[in-house]
Formats: sequence, C-alpha cells, structure tokens
Amino acid sequence: MASLAIVVVIVLSCLSAPLYARWAGVDPFTSTLDAVIHIDGVEVPVMEASTEGLGLGYTPIGPTWELGNYFLGADNQGRDVMARLLYGGLSSLMIAAAATVFTLIVGTTAGLVAGYFGGVTDTVLSRLLDILWAFPIYLLAISLSIVTITAGISIGPITIESGSLWLPVIIIGIVYVPYVARPIRGQVLSLRNSEFVLAAINLGVPGWHILWRDIQPNITTTLIVFVPLMMALNMLTESALSFLSIGVQPPAASWGTIIQDGQALLYTRPLVALAPGIAIALAVMALNVFGDGLRDALDPRSKVQLGRT
Amino acid sequence: MIYAILRRFGQMLFVMFGISVIVFLIFFATPGSDPAARIAGRNASPEVLEAVRHSFGFDRPLYVQYGLMMQKIFVTGDLTSFVNRGWKVVPAVLDAIPVTLSLVFGAAILWVVVSVIIGIVAAATRDSWLDKLLMALGLIGISMPVYWLGEVMNLITQSRYHDTWLFSWVPPLGYKPLMSDPKGWFLTLVIPWITLAVLYIGIYGRVLRAAIIESMQEDFIRTARAKGLSETRILLRHALRTSLIAFVTLFGLDFGALVGGSALLTEVVFGLNGIGKLTYDAMQNLDLPMIMATVMYASMFVVIANAVVDFVYILLDPRVRTS
Repeated sequence: MASLAIVVVIVLSCLSAPLYARWAGVDPFTSTLDAVIHIDGVEVPVMEASTEGLGLGYTPIGPTWELGNYFLGADNQGRDVMARLLYGGLSSLMIAAAATVFTLIVGTTAGLVAGYFGGVTDTVLSRLLDILWAFPIYLLAISLSIVTITAGISIGPITIESGSLWLPVIIIGIVYVPYVARPIRGQVLSLRNSEFVLAAINLGVPGWHILWRDIQPNITTTLIVFVPLMMALNMLTESALSFLSIGVQPPAASWGTIIQDGQALLYTRPLVALAPGIAIALAVMALNVFGDGLRDALDPRSKVQLGRT
Repeated sequence: MIYAILRRFGQMLFVMFGISVIVFLIFFATPGSDPAARIAGRNASPEVLEAVRHSFGFDRPLYVQYGLMMQKIFVTGDLTSFVNRGWKVVPAVLDAIPVTLSLVFGAAILWVVVSVIIGIVAAATRDSWLDKLLMALGLIGISMPVYWLGEVMNLITQSRYHDTWLFSWVPPLGYKPLMSDPKGWFLTLVIPWITLAVLYIGIYGRVLRAAIIESMQEDFIRTARAKGLSETRILLRHALRTSLIAFVTLFGLDFGALVGGSALLTEVVFGLNGIGKLTYDAMQNLDLPMIMATVMYASMFVVIANAVVDFVYILLDPRVRTS
C-alpha cells in the first residue's frame, strides 16, 4: 500500500506542475538566458560566465535548495529544472497511461477475436502477433518513430502532427500489443471450450453476448493486473525513446528528454540528469511493487511478470 | 526430433520474412510524407530525390520495391547513405558487430553468474534480512533506466571519483579492439558490462529465487529429505537443477532482446561504436538507410538467436520433442 501512496504522491505533484510554475514565476518552455534571481537578497544571474578553461560559455546556476527559486538549479537554457521536472513527469505519466489504455484495448480485442472465433481469423492474427513478438521492442519503436518524426502521419481522415504527444503514445502502445494479446488469447481459448460457454452456444446465445456476459468477466482480473506493470514498462520505454530524442519532442519535456538535456551538463551540474532518473526509478519501482501486490491479491496463478522488456 | 527441429526452422524463416515485410512497410509505405524524401534526409536536392526514387524503384509496384530493398541489404550490400554521401551502409554495420557482441556477451556472463548466486542465497535464507535486502536491491535494479545508470556510472568513474584509487584505472570512454589491445578492451568494457548486467541481475535473481522456492515444495524434495540428504545438497543438486529450466528459457529470450534494446542505450552512453551507437548517430542525422540496415540485421540476429536456444532445448529436453 505504501507503493500506491508513492504513485499517488508522484501523480499529484506532477499534476500541480502549472501551479508550481505560476507560483515560482518561471516559464519552463522558453529559454531565459539573461534571467536574474535573488538568493538571500543578493542578485545572481541564472547563467554564470564560466571561470574554467578559456572562460568561454556559461554554466547554469546550481541547486539553490529553495522551493520556487530554481530549487534544482537551471539547465543549459536557463530554465528552472524543478518546473521542468514536474512538467516532464506530467508528460511521462500521461503518455504511459494513454499507451497502456491503447495496448489494453487493441491487445484485448485481438486476443478476444483470435481466441473466440478461431479458424482462419485466429491463424492470421496469431501469426501476426508472433512476428511482432519476435521483433525487438526498441528496434520496432525506433523504426516507427524515425519515419513519423519529421512529418507526422496521416491515415485517411486522421492526421497526427510531428511533435504531438500522441505519436509516442501510439508507438509505445503498438509495440506492447502482443504482450497483452497472447495471454488473453490463451485464456479466451480455454474459456471457449469450458462447459458454461459451450452450454450457452448450444442454447443459441449470440456470440457478442457470450463474449460480454461470460468471457469478459473472466479476463477482467488479468487486465487489471496488467495495468500497473504496463504503466511501469511504458514509462521506461517512453523515457528511453525520449532520451534517444525520438520520443517527446522539444519544447515539450519528459523525464527522458530532461536526462538527455542534462547529459551535456553531467560533470558540471549533475543534478539536471540525476533528478529525473531518480523520479523514473521511484515511479517505476512503486508501480512494480503495487502491480506485484495486486497480482498476488487478485490472480496469483497468472504468469504476468514485472520488468520484462 | 528431426520433425521438431524442421518445424522450428520453418517458423524461424516465417518470422524473419514477416519482420522484413514489416520493416519494409514502415520505411516505404507509412502514409504522411514522401518515402523518397525521408530516405534522402533533410534538405535533399531534387537530383538526389530523383536518384533515390530510381534506385529504390518508387515508380514500380510495392513487391518490386521490397525485392530491391532486400537485395540492397542482404545480397549485393550496396545500400548507400544519402546523408553521408556515398557511405556504404552494410560494411559499416558488419564492422560494428564485434563491439556489440563484446558488450553483450560480457554482460551476459556477469549477469548469469551473479544472479545465480543471488537467487541461491536469497532462496536459502528465505525471509531473512539478507533475502529481503537482496530482493529490494533487485527491484531497484529493475526500475532504473539503464542509460541513466550508465550516466551515473560515468559521473562516478570518469569525473567525481576518477582521481581516487578506486576508479583511477577506468580508461576514457570508447572502445578498444580485442585483438590489438586485450587489456584496454577489458578495462573499457568493465563499467558498461556492470551497467548492462544490473537490470538483468535484478530480474533473474528474483525469478530464480521464486523458482527454487517453488520447487522446494515438490515431492522429489520430500523424498530427498526422507533419504537423509543434507539441506545444502538438496538445494544445490535437486532444487536448483529444476529451477534452472525457467532460467535458461528466459535467458534465450532476453539475450536476443538485449541486442536490440538495452545494449543500444548502453553503447550510446559509453560511446562504444557498435550497432546501437551506429543506429543512434543515424537517428540524429535522420539517415534512414543506415537505420533500415541496423534494424534489419539486429532483428534477424535476435530471431536466429532465439531459434538456436530452442534447438538446444529440443536436443536437451525429451519432452519438447514430442509436443
């Protein structure tokens, strides 16, 4: 339960990102190289002229440990890291949640249809899932991102601009579909041959009715167990793609992009890269522990496992 | 047995074909923009676009384009980059393979050895503080992003504590070939190996512990106890043996996935110029032919590696042969 509390705290603090930015009076999405702040009544520029080496370039201010006043310091463009961390967390959480919903809907539909109708439908769907399953996740995600990153994608009436947060959502959603669809298919297949379903079929109950009334309640627990574990996996995937600069696109931030920004400052201002990493690890850990507990409580026999990438 | 192997081989060919079709469709048929423009890279001149259209056959049907692409990647190997004009892509990929394999094999040895030890110790001292500590550490290992851990490692070993006796041996980032400089090869790879292994040590330690504890409930363990065997012997000779089956299965899956995933991120962070770094650099330049080639080669490798594990399995385990 402590894990659930941590998840809630992280979600609430990220939701308060706009409030924090307004309260601190910073804009985390535009560069403010000439900003000046006050520490103990002394004026300090956010970007200090470098004193090392040739004295060229600027070093962003370090952490002030004063909430609302560049608490974690500034990044390369003089932006408040704390505000960016909260906004970044908001994107990371939203993408992970939306991708989870996407995966669950598509994966469950595919698993239900393949398992229930069998025959050619099942063969085609299962082979397709086999191929996706064997395709290394990051390679698939990289391929999908790189072709959509510059010009977005348009399928019929739907157009997604490049830079939209929906792109990482859909890409992450797609790559994990087999992880949901395959177990669901197996479960539906065995339910399909169970006596109560066969009885319903013989009574002439229509197919969609059986799916909804007899099969759906039996797979719902599995789906619930999937949610936190998928969230954790999606957060790691999103941050990795953003770190590779093919996930969330600037000026938007996510924990992965902030780590990427911080890489250039790693040896001078390590906190820029350290803070989002700690945030990711904490959130993922809490989700994993919560998911593990949920599985043991609801569905101890299931083979759903954490941390599998 | 021959039948089982042939079946698995056929499945492998099918999956390889399927993946190549998916890669082709992603790169050539994703709606939204002109595929020739994507392949030619940013700000390509009309002449280059025309050359791309002609050499990839964009004026011909899709299956001809598919054939042309496969020919360029696997048969003639003359796929060229348009961003780095005239750079032959396939030889670059082949040159990068030893780096990636060095990284992955070393990390795999490390993670197998350490996670077996952790799994056994945790299962033997079940529910003690040591067990809880090991499992908590494993959980932390699973939850950290691998590239971030790599950066933390760099911060510690390259900058903050580099001048102490502990890390003064760590060489600057980069790869040294095994053949010409074995000592440098080993030293530059130690920290990347550890970084990459941490995630998998967490997963495997936890899986092995659970499997050992489960098999300790089995009837044959009771029989062994009744025969008066020592607990250590029961744990190591009987429980561990059956638990290793789950471990080996997982290993086959992950070893492949590693090549296309975490290893890529680790290479980027440590500046090791393997397949992952090659892919990353190409991503920064939007050099699509290069990405197409690395994705294709890496995923084919993964599929083959998985099939090889299954072949070994069929040879070792008589139950798999018949089912």
